[in-house]
Amino acid sequence: MNSPARALSHAIRHPKVPGRPALMPYLMAGLHGLDGFAERLLEVSDVADAIELGVPFSDPTADGPVIQAAARRALEQGVTLSWILQTLRGLPRAPGCPIVLMSYANPLHAYGYERLLAEAEACHIAGFILPDIPWEESGEFRDLARDHGLAVISLVTPVTPPERLRMLTADPEGGFAYAVTVTGITGGSMDARQVNGYLDRVRGVSRVPVCAGFGIRTAEHVRNLTGHADGAIVGSALIEAVDSGLSEKEFLRDLREKYLPQPPQSTNSVR
Amino acid sequence: MKVQMDWEAFPDERGYFGRFGGRFVAETLMPAVIRLEEEAREALADPDFMDAYRGMLRNWVGRPTPLSHAPRLSEAWGAEVWLKREDLAHTGAHKINNALGQALLARRMGAKSVVAETGAGQHGVATAAACARVGIPCRVYMGAVDVERQAPNVRRMELLGAEVVPVTHGDATLRAAIDEALRHWVTDPQSTFYCLGSVVGPHPYPWLVREFQKVLGQEAREQIQELAGGLPDVVVACVGGGSNAMGLFHPFLDTDVEILGIEPGGRGMGLGDHAATVARGTPGILHGALTLLLQDPHGQVVETHSVSAGLDYSGVGPEHAFLAEVGRAIYETVTDEEAMDALAELCRLEGILPAVESAHAFAGARRYARSNPGARIVIGCSGRGDKDLPILQAWEAR
Repeated sequence: MNSPARALSHAIRHPKVPGRPALMPYLMAGLHGLDGFAERLLEVSDVADAIELGVPFSDPTADGPVIQAAARRALEQGVTLSWILQTLRGLPRAPGCPIVLMSYANPLHAYGYERLLAEAEACHIAGFILPDIPWEESGEFRDLARDHGLAVISLVTPVTPPERLRMLTADPEGGFAYAVTVTGITGGSMDARQVNGYLDRVRGVSRVPVCAGFGIRTAEHVRNLTGHADGAIVGSALIEAVDSGLSEKEFLRDLREKYLPQPPQSTNSVR
Repeated sequence: MKVQMDWEAFPDERGYFGRFGGRFVAETLMPAVIRLEEEAREALADPDFMDAYRGMLRNWVGRPTPLSHAPRLSEAWGAEVWLKREDLAHTGAHKINNALGQALLARRMGAKSVVAETGAGQHGVATAAACARVGIPCRVYMGAVDVERQAPNVRRMELLGAEVVPVTHGDATLRAAIDEALRHWVTDPQSTFYCLGSVVGPHPYPWLVREFQKVLGQEAREQIQELAGGLPDVVVACVGGGSNAMGLFHPFLDTDVEILGIEPGGRGMGLGDHAATVARGTPGILHGALTLLLQDPHGQVVETHSVSAGLDYSGVGPEHAFLAEVGRAIYETVTDEEAMDALAELCRLEGILPAVESAHAFAGARRYARSNPGARIVIGCSGRGDKDLPILQAWEAR
């Protein structure tokens, strides 16, 4: 019951600010310098409900310009998966929320799936987001992850057919379902009202909590997700905010405080 | 000695050639690639579709292309040299065989637009021409480095009605162009058709492109038997992603004919100085397939170098990785220098200006001829070199 995957689901269903979507910032590992990254991560973990930690890759085909540039900068500074795992293993204290590693297939493949999954729990990693390993290719990784109680997060999209949606969200050990809100790459801007029907559809079948991601930029976006998604993932907008001088913590607090005054909408999907 | 296998059994139903291949794409693209596979299987088994395709290959592309005996090259090399003349196909390279097939498939599937990537520009020109012919708008992503070094092809694409989008980030060559084409496709997977130009990418592309390029080897096999009275000792082709090579090789897999792929050795064998993926690569996942890649120990794909834009790619088609692994094909490298030297020799002795890509095959074949005197050699002359004048000028001025 207490697998890291279950703990991840629990953290999303019981966010630090009750009644609102859990907040899951996307951080590109080592983007703002290798030194101090551990402190930054811990600081964010006290505000966030879960962290999506990005492993930089040379060919991020699911990402828009902001995350592409972030990956390039991280790589230029020498960020590798080995360094990320070493940093996570050596954190001075346990992070305040679960960490989910987001990586394209090849850095994980080069590191070795078996070795990675054996080390993950000691690195406070609860699960994996694999944007270019669809269900059909994930068997080996999924089996190994299950042995360690780790979640392999399913991505679902507005064009996922109903049967496939059911299949992708059926595993109660799946951590959460990552509902991609736009048909496209990261860094756009979503029309929150248009996606709510889609999110309701995902939530209607999913056996794990549903987090919306791609194109979530503002407190208003997050507010509009209330009652339609269990969590909100914020990536490109956060990187842009940090580049303009805010800290991650400040940006996340803004997202949260700006939407706090709004009363929660009634919802029939009680979880 | 020769590896015996049922070559038609590959790829398997999951898109694998042995351990290589597969379908590593974003979830957003899964319904699109699944539908593409279903529709492509139906189309290729539909006599009406295939008749229309073959009719256009004959009357619009100009197939069959000749298999030319090269008497002076034969004399110089001490071998019997034959050239499969894809340089004479419409738009100047083998790329049109695949681009036309996919454009017809796009129309059959009701696509509203076509997107493509291009390296040397040959696939871009072929796609632009095929889309004009079938009446679908087309956008081509091309690395900024390649836009510069293959400028004549950019103008040709534009004349043919394509929108050419230079890609400035990443390595600004073919790899970055594929990245960007994939990003475009993922924003509109339902009405955009991705016309991929080589035997790379997620299943079904390596299979689909091979099927459209097989005409090359099928013709060559018939022609050599008719003209020379028997099969060759070896077939030789250049390999970047590997579409002309796979098209030439596949119909010879079930024979005793040796199969030789030639990769770009660039300016040396240091990582980043070449694009010899089969020779120097390790297994990894890029652009939708598990294949051989030029990558660092951390799984980051590295930049490559080749004088030839069309071969300048860090990956290779999964079926080539498979043929190398099971030992059915041999892959060797030639340097920029050797390729440019072979290009000059072909001009001088046979009156043919090959593409810089194809020149790699000639350099590899020349080496083969030296150690196999008298051998009957079929070389894939995959394209013509008119597009390469800027590269040739820069090479002379170096």
